Amino acid sequence: MSIAILDLGYGNVESIRLGFARLGAEPSLVKDAASVGEVERLVLPGVGAAGYAMERLRSLGLIDALKARTRPLLGICLGMQLMFESSDEADTLCLALVPGRVREMTAVPGRPVPHMGWTAIEDAAPKSDKDIGLVNGDHVYFAHSFACDDGPATAARVTYGTPLPAALRHGHLWGAQFHPERSAEPGARFLKAFLSA
Amino acid sequence: MPVARIIPCLDVADGRVVKGVKFRDHRDVGDIVDLALRYRDEGADELVFYDITASAEGRGVDVAWVHRIAAVIDIPFCVAGGIRSRDEAARVLEQGADKISVNSPALERPELIGELAQAFGRQCVVVGIDSLIAGDGRWIVKQYTGKVEATRDAGRDTVAWAREAVALGAGEIVLNCIDRDGVRRGYDLVQTAALVPLGVPVIASGGAGSVQHFADAFGIGASGALAASVFHDRRIAIPDLKRDLAALGVETRP
Repeated sequence: MSIAILDLGYGNVESIRLGFARLGAEPSLVKDAASVGEVERLVLPGVGAAGYAMERLRSLGLIDALKARTRPLLGICLGMQLMFESSDEADTLCLALVPGRVREMTAVPGRPVPHMGWTAIEDAAPKSDKDIGLVNGDHVYFAHSFACDDGPATAARVTYGTPLPAALRHGHLWGAQFHPERSAEPGARFLKAFLSA
Repeated sequence: MPVARIIPCLDVADGRVVKGVKFRDHRDVGDIVDLALRYRDEGADELVFYDITASAEGRGVDVAWVHRIAAVIDIPFCVAGGIRSRDEAARVLEQGADKISVNSPALERPELIGELAQAFGRQCVVVGIDSLIAGDGRWIVKQYTGKVEATRDAGRDTVAWAREAVALGAGEIVLNCIDRDGVRRGYDLVQTAALVPLGVPVIASGGAGSVQHFADAFGIGASGALAASVFHDRRIAIPDLKRDLAALGVETRP
């Protein structure tokens, strides 16, 4: 089985690589369109800003290859946000693989932003076409200031004032707003589910 | 809502974990990776590693141990100490750290906070503040606290500096109240509560000695509570702490 992580020269590539390595997978790091097209499973990581990440994808000539992909693609945190049409973050046009926009979260008393820490998963649907290896009540680790629109691709939610998509599963597309590589045993279950997709 | 976070803090010097009292007289506590694994297994929600001598010695963080930790633990961890530039931060994150924390270098050059937030996102940027109650009762910021002889006043008031840091792009504030450090009389709830309205997660630090101290910190709105000596000395075991917090109505990660 081949798995690769897109290395855009920003963010937490190594953290994600080590997360898969602990499960016995050996992801390679890639940043060329041919690999994006060929590799069986691809991970789009992300810590950082949407504008910079999209600019990197554009300059590496990867946008068409990502759009054309039909095999499993997992976006993590900002990587999941990049799958949407657009983002409030510097008003960036994204990959438009999933309908909807990524919106800036607003801090209110009792609910600081970033949403940082371990929050319980809701609305998971194990043993369905939205199975992501998680069950309701699993605590996973979040660290984000922008949130995706809820929609048909949502595979689990988390409540932070309002319900937000915590994970996506739609056709070949997978997404995690949380950090599965840093979410202890539930995170490992999520990554395993992606590896066996 | 995220549950309350329990965060063991590991002070690192010369590749070992150490602990002092009121930032002085450091003693050896153990191997970095052994302790990281121990706390992970006991249910810590996050770990913070402070290279406590980096800033005072004017050098960058030693990244060799960062990768060793990133490889073995599956909970988030933050690295602090001597990160003075975007490139230095990138070097730490590329080794697998999840967040970086800046303290003295941000006081030297506050624009650093914005540069880090822009490059890595503010969720990645923690600002640590070492606060002291001055003779006149004001809360003031101290700098270069890793070494007694290097420590000095930063010339700033604690709340004003925290507000400025958030405006510049800090995604989390760790407030370390020096008067409480290592003495187990409880967090400084008044100072900590003063930062909660800034709108970013606030982590209480300095003074944890009992379960009630943790509960008190969460009660005034802290998102996390950081502690070192009570965990290192096994005065409080994290599983017991979480069980007792539940009895006090504080929800934590199972």
